[in-house]
Amino acid sequence: MKSIEELNKIRQEALAKMNLRTDEERIRIVVGMATCGISAGARPVLTAFLEEVSKRKLENVVVSQTGCIGLCKLEPIVEVYEPGKEKVTYIEMTPEKARRVVAQHIVNGNVVNEYTIGSYKSE
Amino acid sequence: MNLYRAHVLVCGGTGCHSSNSDKIKEKMEDRIKEKGLENEVKVVMTGCFGLCESGPNVVVYPEGVFYSHVKLSDVDEIVDEHLLKGRVVKRLLFKEAVEENIIKSVNEVDFYKKQTRVALRNCGIIDPENIEEYIAYDGYQALARALTEMTRDEVIQLVKDSGLRGRGGAGFPTGLKWDFTKKASGDKKYVVCNADEGDPGAFMDRSILEGDPHSVLEAMTIAGYAVGSDQGYIYIRAEYPIAVKRLQIAINQAREYGLLGENILNSGFNFDIELRLGAGAFVCGEETALIESIEGKRGMPRNKPPFPANEGLWGKPTLINNVETYANIPVIFQRGVDWFRSIGTEKSPGTKVFALGGKIENTGLVEIPMGTTLRDIIYGIGGGIPKGKDFKAVQTGGPSGGCIPKEYLDTPVDYESLTKLGSIMGSGGMIVMDEDNCMVDIARFFLDFTVDESCGKCTACRIGTRRMLEILEKITSGKGEPGDIEKLEELANNIKDSALCGLGQTAPNPVVSTLKYFRDEYEAHVYEKRCPSGHCRRLVTFVIREDLCKGCGLCKRNCPNDAITGEVREAHVIDPEKCIKCGTCIEKCPFGAIEKR
Repeated sequence: MKSIEELNKIRQEALAKMNLRTDEERIRIVVGMATCGISAGARPVLTAFLEEVSKRKLENVVVSQTGCIGLCKLEPIVEVYEPGKEKVTYIEMTPEKARRVVAQHIVNGNVVNEYTIGSYKSE
Repeated sequence: MNLYRAHVLVCGGTGCHSSNSDKIKEKMEDRIKEKGLENEVKVVMTGCFGLCESGPNVVVYPEGVFYSHVKLSDVDEIVDEHLLKGRVVKRLLFKEAVEENIIKSVNEVDFYKKQTRVALRNCGIIDPENIEEYIAYDGYQALARALTEMTRDEVIQLVKDSGLRGRGGAGFPTGLKWDFTKKASGDKKYVVCNADEGDPGAFMDRSILEGDPHSVLEAMTIAGYAVGSDQGYIYIRAEYPIAVKRLQIAINQAREYGLLGENILNSGFNFDIELRLGAGAFVCGEETALIESIEGKRGMPRNKPPFPANEGLWGKPTLINNVETYANIPVIFQRGVDWFRSIGTEKSPGTKVFALGGKIENTGLVEIPMGTTLRDIIYGIGGGIPKGKDFKAVQTGGPSGGCIPKEYLDTPVDYESLTKLGSIMGSGGMIVMDEDNCMVDIARFFLDFTVDESCGKCTACRIGTRRMLEILEKITSGKGEPGDIEKLEELANNIKDSALCGLGQTAPNPVVSTLKYFRDEYEAHVYEKRCPSGHCRRLVTFVIREDLCKGCGLCKRNCPNDAITGEVREAHVIDPEKCIKCGTCIEKCPFGAIEKR
């Protein structure tokens, strides 16, 4: 390494890999990963979130998992917590839906209403 | 780039390492792979977290969940429950991390909340064997700035303005030392890091070197630029194998990245660092003895002056600073003089790391702003004295320091106020004593250490400290005579005035300070042949109180020397001739009927 530019480049790249280890407030995407969630296909959903967040280099987003919240029939359930905003709950998620949530909600700030629990109509 | 959703930080400091944290890390990685999580969860071995008492420690981010006393057999549960299913394993949490069923993150626990981590800023957070993690947390930015934007004088002025003082104990202004070395004339100059940490129970420097080795390398390189040196040495004791290994890895990585070696960052400045291992002699922490040792000679102090800044290593101007002093340098450059001076006190800015030990709940490493009171350190962060015992004194500064009694618990910790109390800041050992500790015996313990470690060059230290130890041994074994205490005082004053180096000059401090605050204990030993704390066995007799003894016979059955006699349901008696004062009977007696007198 021969320049400060190179040093800064390494710094940026390394920091992106480490930003989990701070107390800063971030957007949290929480995937329900209890037995019900996993059997309904939560793992590919979680992986899709991770891939998308990483691809877009979103530094203020954390992908995490949680247990069963009691609505097993609507799994995979994903909750998005944004600091200072109300929680958004997405239901019956798939990897494709996950990618759209990242693009539309996390990046552009528009909740994908049609996937939320509020739009769910019981048959 | 692979983005992980969780980072598991396993403490790899010497404390946790000795309780198998390396195996815990391996097993954790295996289990994570088994569960198919290896692309989601990353395991990192870091430096010391500071709470060594509760080791091995593991922290899981992003939540900051703090597990303590983790055993190999717990690993599967953490992976299966927490990492796979997102359920925190409550039974393994650090004791204070659960309150009314709310789980606190690691930084909300009292032990950490009350600290200000400057020198330890990266310890327990980054992987010390990965230079990129150091760079991520602003590593080598200070060096880059110094080399490209600042003149040598500006660098020295900044260190001077910060008010940073030597963290090795004496508190000499660091900027001044740099200035002396820069101004000294010589074609070749050296920068040395004193990592010969020798106080019993002190491990501040070890933790910094194990947890954040690059901070020291970066600071030494800045110092090299400022004073005009191209060669640095780190003198570290061979008893610190993990620190030695990580330092060597760090040096190799810095060379690989072009942050050590020739033409650093295209500035035309060359600097390299080598390790020199010490054999563990306490006196080699004294700077001139350390220089002798690097030169390959027997570690013995030289006369001062000339000071190392003018004639040091191989007769050349040499800058010597302590590990913790260096660790403060990069962050002062990054965050500025005003920020640094806003921490601590007017005369002692910044923080100090202390190794808390002895009779205290949270044994470990703490970093506090200068000016924090002893009470805050011991009770606020340290968690107080175990088993509800009474605090008696705190020893600071190791064998060169002194004991501070209860009356002064509200003293703010800085260089001046500790010296005023007859102790010193020292390198940061802090040993807490409770009512069961005998102060005469503590003084004897430290003298025993200095007698062992005296290099023998000057008479005052070689013979003087031995005579003092002999008198202390006489007193603690119940053979003290009138006049002994006065003789101790006279010897102490003479040694202080005439010893060659800091080791000898400060060796009597433990005796002088205990005599100052606990003279009554010395007098009880000498004139009444009694040890008030019941610690000195030869001065104690074990007695069974007739009124409390129920004659159950437990003591009699458990006495290893058959010193107890008595019939069932009648009061028992200890034969003082046979009693070896082991204390077994006291432990066994269900009625508290046995006393030390």
